[in-house]
Amino acid sequence: MSPLAGYLLVAALLFSVGLAGALTRRNAILVLIGIELMLNAANLNLIAFWRYGPHPEALTGMMFAIFSIAVAAAEAAVGLGLVISIHRHAKTTDLDAMNRMKG
Amino acid sequence: MSIVFFILAALTVAGALAAVLLKNTVHCALALTVAFAGLALLFLKLDAQFAGFAQILVYIGAVAILVVFAILLTRGSETPKDGVYSRGAIAGLVIAAGVFAVLGWAVLQSVGGLPHESGPAPAVTVLQIGQALMGRYVLPLEIVALLLTAALIGAVIVAMHEKEEAK
Repeated sequence: MSPLAGYLLVAALLFSVGLAGALTRRNAILVLIGIELMLNAANLNLIAFWRYGPHPEALTGMMFAIFSIAVAAAEAAVGLGLVISIHRHAKTTDLDAMNRMKG
Repeated sequence: MSIVFFILAALTVAGALAAVLLKNTVHCALALTVAFAGLALLFLKLDAQFAGFAQILVYIGAVAILVVFAILLTRGSETPKDGVYSRGAIAGLVIAAGVFAVLGWAVLQSVGGLPHESGPAPAVTVLQIGQALMGRYVLPLEIVALLLTAALIGAVIVAMHEKEEAK
């Protein structure tokens, strides 16, 4: 197995773990944690392809990963703000209990 | 494939598994920090120093702290009596396992060996990254700056207390 395949397998495993967390947990914050894990797995793929790809000096994969980290930070801030706001209205972060769009 | 890689991979995957499996939400956040640290070490192992330290700064320094704050503000550390898994948990597990099977199959079936794979580490300095960010990638950088500003203001407005609708 080549080094690249090893990193890709780790990223695939991380993505699946994050997906399982996002799909099975009922706490909204835990779902956000799963989404963060999936984003990080994608970042690992980008960095691995940058490292082992044909033109690392072009920095394409590295730039993708850096911008992805910045966007993920913005996503985490807005997502957790939404969870806090929903908790203030509905007094719960249980996703199974949030079955109304009207506040 | 060195022993260091296997240790880091095991640390990262164990942290991720603990983050989604543990019952106590605060423990989940701490395990998530371990997974982020393992990922940062994997980035360093891939000779991506800048991305590795950015990962430590952004994820361990900001996102993990934000998650802990959100858990404490929503009293999410109390384990609910009717279990921590949602109604469709079995279907979710099956979907995740299927996704991993497809991804792993695709990785293992692919013809290995990019041309650069066995070569030396790319000599990329922070200077080059900075020049690329200020040169070729300056427009995406400005857009990300705008996005971060909008997200900051949006998060504050969303989470702000609404006085007139309180009662």
